[in-house]
Amino acid sequence: MTTATRGAVGTAHTRVEGRDKVTGAARYAAEIPFADLAHGWLVLSTVARGRVRAVDTDAVLGMPGVLTVLHHGNAPRVDSDFIGMLGVPPDPSAALFQHDRVAHLGWPVALVVAETSEQAREAAESLVVHYETEPHDVAFSAGRESEGYPLDGHLPAVAEKGDLADRLAASAVVVDAEYTTPEEYHNPMEPHAATARWEGGRLDVVDSNQGTSWVAGELANLFSLDPAAVRVRSEHVGGGFGSKGVRAHQVGAVMAATVLQRPVRVVMTRRQMFSLAGYRSPTAQRVRLGADADGRLRVLEHRSLNQTSTVHEFVEPSAAAGRSMYAADAHHTASRIVRLDVPTPTWMRAPGEAPGSFALESALDELAERCGVDPIELRVRNEPAVGPVSGLPFGSRNLIACFREGARRFGWAERDPRPGVRREGRWLLGTGTAAASFPAGVGPSTAAVTAEADGTFTVRINAADIGTGARTALTLVAADALEVPTDRVRVRIGDSDLGPAMIAGGSTGTRSWSWAVQAAAEELRRSLVPGADIPPEGITARSNTAEAIGALAQKERHAFGAQFAEVAVDPATGEVRVRRMLGIFAAGRIVNPLTARNQLVGGMVWGLSMALHEEAVRDRASGGVYGADLAGYHVAAHADVPHIEADWVDDPDPDDPVGIKGIGEIGIVGAAAAVANAVWHATGVRHRNLPIRPDRVLMAGGDA
Amino acid sequence: MPPSTSSDLTLSVNGEKYTLTVDHRTTLLDALRERLDLTGTKKGCDQGQCGACTVLVDGRRSVACLQLAVAAEGREITTIEGVAEGERLHPVQQAFLDLDGYQCGYCTPGQICSAIAVIEEHAAGWPSAATADVRPEAGPPPLTPEEIRERMSGNLCRCGAYVSIVQAVARAAEEAVA
Repeated sequence: MTTATRGAVGTAHTRVEGRDKVTGAARYAAEIPFADLAHGWLVLSTVARGRVRAVDTDAVLGMPGVLTVLHHGNAPRVDSDFIGMLGVPPDPSAALFQHDRVAHLGWPVALVVAETSEQAREAAESLVVHYETEPHDVAFSAGRESEGYPLDGHLPAVAEKGDLADRLAASAVVVDAEYTTPEEYHNPMEPHAATARWEGGRLDVVDSNQGTSWVAGELANLFSLDPAAVRVRSEHVGGGFGSKGVRAHQVGAVMAATVLQRPVRVVMTRRQMFSLAGYRSPTAQRVRLGADADGRLRVLEHRSLNQTSTVHEFVEPSAAAGRSMYAADAHHTASRIVRLDVPTPTWMRAPGEAPGSFALESALDELAERCGVDPIELRVRNEPAVGPVSGLPFGSRNLIACFREGARRFGWAERDPRPGVRREGRWLLGTGTAAASFPAGVGPSTAAVTAEADGTFTVRINAADIGTGARTALTLVAADALEVPTDRVRVRIGDSDLGPAMIAGGSTGTRSWSWAVQAAAEELRRSLVPGADIPPEGITARSNTAEAIGALAQKERHAFGAQFAEVAVDPATGEVRVRRMLGIFAAGRIVNPLTARNQLVGGMVWGLSMALHEEAVRDRASGGVYGADLAGYHVAAHADVPHIEADWVDDPDPDDPVGIKGIGEIGIVGAAAAVANAVWHATGVRHRNLPIRPDRVLMAGGDA
Repeated sequence: MPPSTSSDLTLSVNGEKYTLTVDHRTTLLDALRERLDLTGTKKGCDQGQCGACTVLVDGRRSVACLQLAVAAEGREITTIEGVAEGERLHPVQQAFLDLDGYQCGYCTPGQICSAIAVIEEHAAGWPSAATADVRPEAGPPPLTPEEIRERMSGNLCRCGAYVSIVQAVARAAEEAVA
């Protein structure tokens, strides 16, 4: 395989849709005008478990502008018994109104449709729904591990190598610690929104999602339609982070458009997103590390428990984070789930790795402290030659290069390892580090590249640009493969009619689409005769990467990184301020340094936010989340975020045609651990429960 | 006769007058987006917590989701569609574009409207919680990154593009002085 090295890829390029975004011209899902549009408003259950006894539709149907009220008694039937493109069945909360059961607080029980959104909202809020309530249970805790069970997700639940008890007994040093992370919510800035209509015998849906091939396929399955009869478009997407797949809003819009035979738009409110859009499960984790006195691991045991709903199994595979990281004679990891009366969690930026790395990389820091070994040196000593559990070779592994470069730039060599000894006014200061890794995956995609008669080129690939800069990256990849300047290339994305392609998820999007775009563009370039006329319809070359991807050899394929953080802790108020962060990544070829740096930093901001701020507290009495909005659920704001730097070492993936590994998730991995380790260094107190709130800092003491 | 639930009014947006009949429940945000087809102003939370709907009302930044359209009559409203001069971007817009002060772009119009006001508020000598010396005679404090972060904190960016947003605001502010 050849690796493209010329021209545009690797040079900074502002976003091709940048002007539209800064002028307000870019239209997101709820902003595409439709004639005769009706507005749907979802009604969610006010009980956490039970059944709907009756829906008082009469009073609401008489309200001004109300067109219909859909509920389990009258809604069109859907078929949710299928496995979709991503290998999992749909979230049952998206299979609207098929029965009277209520599985959690905020379960969708009705959709009110009216001429205007004001009318729909008032009618929805007026709708009286009678319930038969049953006792509910939403109390997640580590103590419920025995009720849980292991579940294979996108990774196997359990991986075991070696004799745990024997190797623990042989360890000079043992770290045994429990960690927790809370419920966390994606909260993309753009709420989920969809407009559906029937147009020329086809279902036409304008949506905000992470992959229209995926969503179109799910809708075709749900409504038993020929896949060719479904078109889903999603041109601009205001963030996703794992939450934007098939959800109640699209299904409700399709049902209402079918019943009313006119376009219907359904937009989730911010508060509804806390019930309907998925979230990261809380985790309770236990890590046991056994090591020789010099820090060489004998034992790595990581057990994690997460919650899921009573209607759908979702595993947050936190325990799997260490399987590719560190070698140990006994290496036992297991992710388990417990079923509660809660909404179904889902993928959220670095599912598994984000909470798992908090626990594992904190435990490594504890081991370094116990052994009196520098945390970076500890990781060097435990660097594996091959996959610690799989035995497979690494595609490329430049973790230590990241640590060395990061240590140099962060000034790690001058660090005094003693905790709680640096004071600056009211602040205690500390620094911390942690490792990061995330799988480098790829999914089959198709692309078409057309040489137009006017000398330009059109790339058609059903990519999703959810803020990643994919549209721009693909422009650079295509320009290089065509050997033309970027201004002669236009990239069309976000339309299921463009053909099947991978989603924006799992850090696979830009890699998967680039592969297909490069293949089609190279094929086109080879077929063009210099100087020959291009016919009016242009000349098109197509690609499908399924076969090439299927032929990839089995390897440990991951991106890696080293995270550094400096914090200041006020022991009198418990306030923790992050003063600076640095992340150095080995994450494949970087297609567009301008947008890549931004995305990596964004991931690190997520790690900071996870470490210090984000926490949804579930009320055991009602079964719902307290303060389910952006005031009650704080995400890092401008004033929380210091100067953060991200950079990378040269690490092209040798088995990827463009050299890409994917960078969407690696930035968050290890970042929360780096902050927590810095808080320990500042105060001498270990914080094993996130977020590190002021009250936790105060209760733990630490005024050195 | 039941009391009327709608009113005729004239909104002045980006220098243009729009006469329309609105449901009294209609927010300024929904009037802009749903009635005037000015969808550049974004709805992130609809309850004043995220800043995505920030517009300028009589030159001051304001969240459009927390005011009713009927209360905006007689005010001069500027949205993201009205800050450029024809084809020439406002310096804040240009800085966001050049320095990648966004990712998904959904908070961007609000960030830009907010930043335009921040630069003016700062130049007019308004202090912030990050200002060390708030005496009027001290004059405007240096527009440090800390000042920008404090003043921009009403605008959330879930993509976490804060670092490049702050750089963009700083560059635009320098240009405004130069």
